[in-house]
Parts: sequence; structure tokens; C-alpha cells
Amino acid sequence: MLRLERRPAPSKAMRIASPLIAAVAMLITGFLIFTLLGKEPAQAFYVFFIKPIDNSYGFSELLLKATPLILCGLGLAIAYRANVWNIGAEGQLVMGAIAGSGVALTFGESNGSWVLPLMLLAGVIGGMVWAAIPAYLRTRFNTNEILVTLMLVYVAQLVLSFLIHGPWRDPAGYNFPQSRMFGDAELLPVLVEGMRVTWAFVLALLLAGASWFFSAKTFAGFRTLVAGLAPAAARYAGFSEKRNIWLALLISGATAGLAGICEVAGPIGQLQPTVSPGYGFAAIIVAWVGRLHPLGIVLAALLMSLLYLGGEAAQMQLSLPSAVTGLFQGLLLFYVLAADLFIGYRIRRTDPVVKAPTPVQTAQKPA
Amino acid sequence: MLTGITKRYPTVVANEDIGLCVRPGEIHAVLGENGAGKSTLMKVVYGVIKPDAGSIRWEGREQTIANPAAARRMGIGMVFQHFSLFETLTVAENIALALDHRVPRDELAANITEVSNRYGLPIDPGRLVHSMSVGERQRVEIVRCLLQEPKLLIMDEPTSVLTPQAVRKLFETLRRLASEGCSILYISHKLDEIRALCDTATVLRNGKVSGTAMPKNETNESLARMMIGGELAECHLTARAAGEVRLQLENLSLTTLDPFGTALKGINLSVHSGEIVGIAGVSGNGQKELLAALSGEAPIEDAAEIRLLGAAAGNLDPAQRRRLGLTFVPEERLGRGAVPPMSLAYNALLTGARHGMVSYGIVRSDSMHQFAQKVIERFKVKCGGDDAAASSLSGGNLQKYIVGRETLLEPRVMIVAQPTWGVDVGASMLIRQALIDLRDSGVAVLVISEELDELFMISDRIAVLAGGRLSPTRRSAETNIEQIGVWMSGNFDSGVPAGTEADLASA
Repeated sequence: MLRLERRPAPSKAMRIASPLIAAVAMLITGFLIFTLLGKEPAQAFYVFFIKPIDNSYGFSELLLKATPLILCGLGLAIAYRANVWNIGAEGQLVMGAIAGSGVALTFGESNGSWVLPLMLLAGVIGGMVWAAIPAYLRTRFNTNEILVTLMLVYVAQLVLSFLIHGPWRDPAGYNFPQSRMFGDAELLPVLVEGMRVTWAFVLALLLAGASWFFSAKTFAGFRTLVAGLAPAAARYAGFSEKRNIWLALLISGATAGLAGICEVAGPIGQLQPTVSPGYGFAAIIVAWVGRLHPLGIVLAALLMSLLYLGGEAAQMQLSLPSAVTGLFQGLLLFYVLAADLFIGYRIRRTDPVVKAPTPVQTAQKPA
Repeated sequence: MLTGITKRYPTVVANEDIGLCVRPGEIHAVLGENGAGKSTLMKVVYGVIKPDAGSIRWEGREQTIANPAAARRMGIGMVFQHFSLFETLTVAENIALALDHRVPRDELAANITEVSNRYGLPIDPGRLVHSMSVGERQRVEIVRCLLQEPKLLIMDEPTSVLTPQAVRKLFETLRRLASEGCSILYISHKLDEIRALCDTATVLRNGKVSGTAMPKNETNESLARMMIGGELAECHLTARAAGEVRLQLENLSLTTLDPFGTALKGINLSVHSGEIVGIAGVSGNGQKELLAALSGEAPIEDAAEIRLLGAAAGNLDPAQRRRLGLTFVPEERLGRGAVPPMSLAYNALLTGARHGMVSYGIVRSDSMHQFAQKVIERFKVKCGGDDAAASSLSGGNLQKYIVGRETLLEPRVMIVAQPTWGVDVGASMLIRQALIDLRDSGVAVLVISEELDELFMISDRIAVLAGGRLSPTRRSAETNIEQIGVWMSGNFDSGVPAGTEADLASA
């Protein structure tokens, strides 16, 4: 008989092994799914996981799609460690894209070198403002930030839709719902000529370092960790709960907003009805699979990015539905959560308890 | 009755080869320090957990007790240390829930009244549990067991929540039960009680039987030796003159949002430099609320109701009060006094940030570790170094660490809640001595505790918190346990005994 038993201490090895186990389990399930769909599994695997990155352009696409995932994931990890459940990074990303684009559309003609930094700043602020709404509602009225952040995603998308169908529509755009193309001064420079990946990827790596420093070395980071691990201890030590909520939401909003503006000022180059294929939601998975640790988040973002690329390739070459990307993402999160159980627990084989015949001790001492 | 009982857990052997024998009508003490394996052993008897080895003989026959229901059918009842009652239900409803068979409501109510009167445990079956005091709730638990007509009743540390007078009433009930042939297993670490009540005793130490005795023929010292395997340390309070007022409460009142909480009503108290003031009383009489008001976790609107070193501090948050020189040891160690998964070093940073462990927002790792190591060394904390997680320490060791941390932060006022709850005898003495040393160095110390013996040992003055009101303070030397017990019932009028009803009506 197998029995689940609590470990005396959470297993450190398992904490690291869990995402790897999840990735393998995801691949095995994918193998079964491909087989059931009548695809040659080896071929499908090649198309899905190898082919997209077997050339330098493909590799640059991998980094390109990983960038917003890293940015959003870093911010979310800080919020989750602080026990603040921001699941609306997608909305903050959209707002960052809108705010940054607003700068481009207002000052774009000037061609000044200050336009791009200002756009990035506006993107960050846009995301922060959008995250400030749930922060205010939570600290003032004790609303649930999970619901508010999620619902604001759809509001942000509708605001975007309104702008590009109305005031910000490109007059020379044949009535398509999109803004004018950004000029060179409003676009992030690419890392390598001929590729699409921009300097935003380097920025994301720098921020990963900064986020590690914040959590590991600063007192402010320590306070958010305490608030997440033991709220009563945070109150006892006098760490303000409100400040913690504000900080967590503003940081995660800022990085999501930055991701948004880096998308429109990068590969997209204009404001469109859809500025993100769900990066803000996928970043939740990235944060968890990456163990809420910056290094893990970078690796997990690369994996998720590969799933996006593989999903596109599978659509084109294997005529699989686009849902296959979401399927793999879901499998990954599902397995990592399942494998996480074994951080705190282990399975032990137990023999059914029979009365063990023990030699009778004469410990009885009638007093 | 029990032979060779062994129970292993992943990291410890809780019981190893334990045997004990209880005869009909005998009150048998199971004595031991926290963590000695008393509760594990009782859970084996009550069928809550299965032993890895050993056997149980019940009325001459070998038995396996599969679960508590089976234990109840065999005639074994147990009153747990922590009550398992639904506060929003009535007494009768609570008891009906625990019965293994259905009994018509009227009949049950009549049974409850009959049994409770027979054993001197008056309770009203129609009362809602949340309106009852702790002592009354315990009666409900006992009556619930008695309704099953047990042949063996297990009591797990039953007196830890009772006033001295209520303890005496409980003992009368237990003696009457025993005289009717019911055996009682009485678990405790309080030596006086065991000597007063029990016929025989089995002493446990580190999961093993370290001796059996007839308590009436033993002294506290001899029992303690069996229990802790060494001599009891002592600590002494030498009289000294108190200094200026450092903590002053003036008509402190606090309403509580918790429907089962206790509001504080007009509390007046002053604590001087160089004295220890003890606040006695049973938990649930406003202790939690008073502590939250003092620490700043529940700020007071009228700032002047709390004065710290003369400054109005009622509306300050815990961090601001710490800046004024207050440190605080809460009653919950894991999750409040310490962050369980964090290392001891980081747990030093929790409240020690202002003591050179942070500069320009950056954590200074070296001074944090130095401080943690100093605490571990000075307070003899048994741990795997300052990188060990707080959750890996035993309750007593973690308490030593927290008390040590708050002491070495050089407070001017220190508030300590339940300093030795669940702490073994040796560590208790070390903690008490640390508090006395702090007092001798001129710190104002306020101790809130349920242990009267402890308060008399270390306090210069004692007051009682009952029903959210604070009694007048008395010099410890000028009062006694009897008087404090009366005050614990909420009757603060002079020293006149308050009749038989010694329980507290918690408001």
C-alpha cells in the first residue's frame, strides 16, 4: 500500500526537480496526444520543439517572445511572494502599450532621441496606474485583487479597442483598426541586424538581476517576503500591510507595462487590436514554473516561448488547431502544481498494519 | 494494560517500548515534560493513531483499537486539551453530534442535566457554547464523555485553562468518578496537582518510561528528577526599588470586531523602570486584545490611553513603538514571533532591522548573522546554526530565541506573553532568569501569563485580567494564589471569596 506522508522538512531537491518533472510529463502527454491525433510523434516533436529554433532567426524569435514573459513573470513573482495575487498582468501590459503609444502618437513627428525613453517611461507608468486601481480598492475597501485585476484585463482591452477604432486610428490606414506605424525614433533598436529581437531582451535580463537583488538583499524585499510567508509576523514586526500591497501591485504593474510598450515599440511597431497573445496570463505559469526565482523565470520564459513558436509551427505544418499552444501551457502548469505536492510530502510504501507480535516486555510495574 | 507501545514518526520516536497499567477506580498520572510523548501515548489508547509495535490489553483481553469510535464503544473516553466544540451550537447539539447513536432531543437534555448534576458539573443543555467560559466548556467535554458511561477517562492537561478554584472542583468530580470504579488517566506536567490527585504515576522522558511512583510519597523534587533527569534550576527575585514610569495605560478601552473576542474596559496600569508586572488570568479574558493594543497591532484612536516613556503612543504602529524602545514577545511563536521557513538570521532581521542590520535599505548580512549567533550563544538555543529554519526548532528553543532576540535589542520596555508556554522546565528557568536580569538592568517588563506559579516567582506586582477588566495591582508578597484566583473570576472586591462559582463569565 502506498501512503502520502509529510516530509519532516520541505525538500530542496524536489523544489528544483518539480518543474523538470513537469516538463517531462508534459512531453510524454504531448507524445500521447500527437499519437492519438494520428501524427507521427517523432515528426511532430521535431516540428514542435526543434525546428522552430534550429536556425539563428528562429533562436532570435525565441528570445523575442521570451522577453515579455520574463518581464511580466519577474513582477508577478514579487507580487506572489508577497501573497498578493495579481492575475491581471495582461491588462497592465495592454495599458502600458496604450500609454507608451500615446507618447509616440503625440510626439512622434519630432523625431527626438528623447521620444523612445519617454515612451518606455509612459509604458511603465501606464501599467502601474492600471495596477494601482486594484491596490486602492484592496487597501481601501478590502476588495479581492484576484477578481479586480482579472476584470480590468477586459476593460483595458476594450479601451484599446476604442482608441484604435476611434481617435487613434491611422487616417491613411484604409480604415483598418490600427494606429499609424511608428517611426524609427519610436522603435526599440534590434540586437542583431536582420533579426527581430530587440534590446528589450537585454533590459529584461538586467531586470532579472535587479529583481534578484531586491528580494535577496534589500530590506523592502525582505518585508514583502515576510508578508507573504507569515502575515501575522509582518504585522507583529510593524511592516505595513497596505504598503506591501501597493508595492507588490505597482512593481508587477510596472514590469507588465514595460512588456507592453516593448511589444508595440518592438516587433509590432504600431497599436493593433491585439498587442499580446496572452503573455500576461502565460507569465503566471512562467512565474510558478520558474519557482518565483529570477533565474528560473528566465528559463521558464524560454520554455514557454518555445511552446508559442512550436504551436505556430504545429498549426502551419501539422495542421493542428491553435489551441495546441494553450494545451501545452496548461499541461505544464498542471504538472508543476501536481509535482509541487512532493516538495512537502513523499510517498511511502507501508505494509498493512498487522498486530506486530512483539516479545512481551516486563515493563509493567504495578505500583 | 499497555505493553511495549512504540510509535515512530519520520524524525523522532515518540514512544518507545512503553508499558503502563491502570486498575479500576485508579487515578493514574502520566507525567512528563512537553514532547516526552504523553499525548502520543494517549492517542494510541484512544485509537487516534496506531502504534508501530506493542499491544493493549483491555479488561484482560488483547485488543486493537481501530479508531476513537471503537475506543468509545469499549468504554474509553477522552477530554482533549483543546476543546472540540462548535461555538455556534448549544451544549445539547454539540453532545448529540459526538454520540455514536441517535438519542431523542428531550431525552438527551434530561440525561445531560442528570449526569451533570450527579457529578457536580452544572451545565444548561440549551446554552450556546460561545457564551460559556473555558471552565464551562470543559464541563461540556467531560459530560459528553460521562454520558457514554466510560470505564476509563483520559484527561489531557485539563487544568491549564482553569482558575485554582475551578481546579479544586474538577478534582472533586474526578475523585467521585474514581470512587465509582472509573479509571482515570491524568496527563500533566504540574507536580503539585499530581501529588494532590493521583494514586499512581508513570513518568515519561524522551519517549521512554523513566520511572513509576506513588505521587503521595514523593516530593516535587523527586518527581522532577524523574521527569527531567536532573535538578530543577531556580531563579530569584531580589527586591529593588522601581524607577520612573515607562509604560502607562490610562482608561484603555478597545472594542473588538471578533464576535467571540473580549472588549477591554477602562484599563489602568503603570509599569516602572526596573520592575516586572505580571498579569494573570485565563486566556480569552482580553489577553489577546490587550497584547494587540500594547504592541500596536491594534492601534487605539485616543493616543493618550497608552503612554510609552511619556509619549502618547496609542495610535502608533508596531514599528513606531519599537523605535521608542518597546520590544514584544507574542504568545504565538511560529507565524507571528518568527517566520517559520526563514532562517534564524533572517528572523533576527524581522524585528532587529534598526539595530545596524540595514543600511540604506540594503540588508547587512554580516551584522545580521552576528546578532543571531549572539542570541543563540547567550540563550543556549539548540539549533543547527543561524541558518536553520525557525520551523526546525522545538517550541522551547524557538521561544528562547525570540525572547533572546527581543532582549538583546536593548529594550526600555518589554512585553512578554506566555513566556514559558510549552517550554520545558530547564528552558523556562532560563527565560525567567533572563526577564529578571532585564528588570535588574532597569527595563520595565510586563508579563502576561496563565501560570500563576510563574507570575509569583518573577513579578514585583501582580494584577488580574478578567472579562476585559483589570484588577488593582498588588505587590506579589502581599497577595496569594487564593486571592488572585478569586480575582480571576472577575470579582475584584477586596479579598472576600466569591462563593462557589469560581468560573469566569466571559463577556
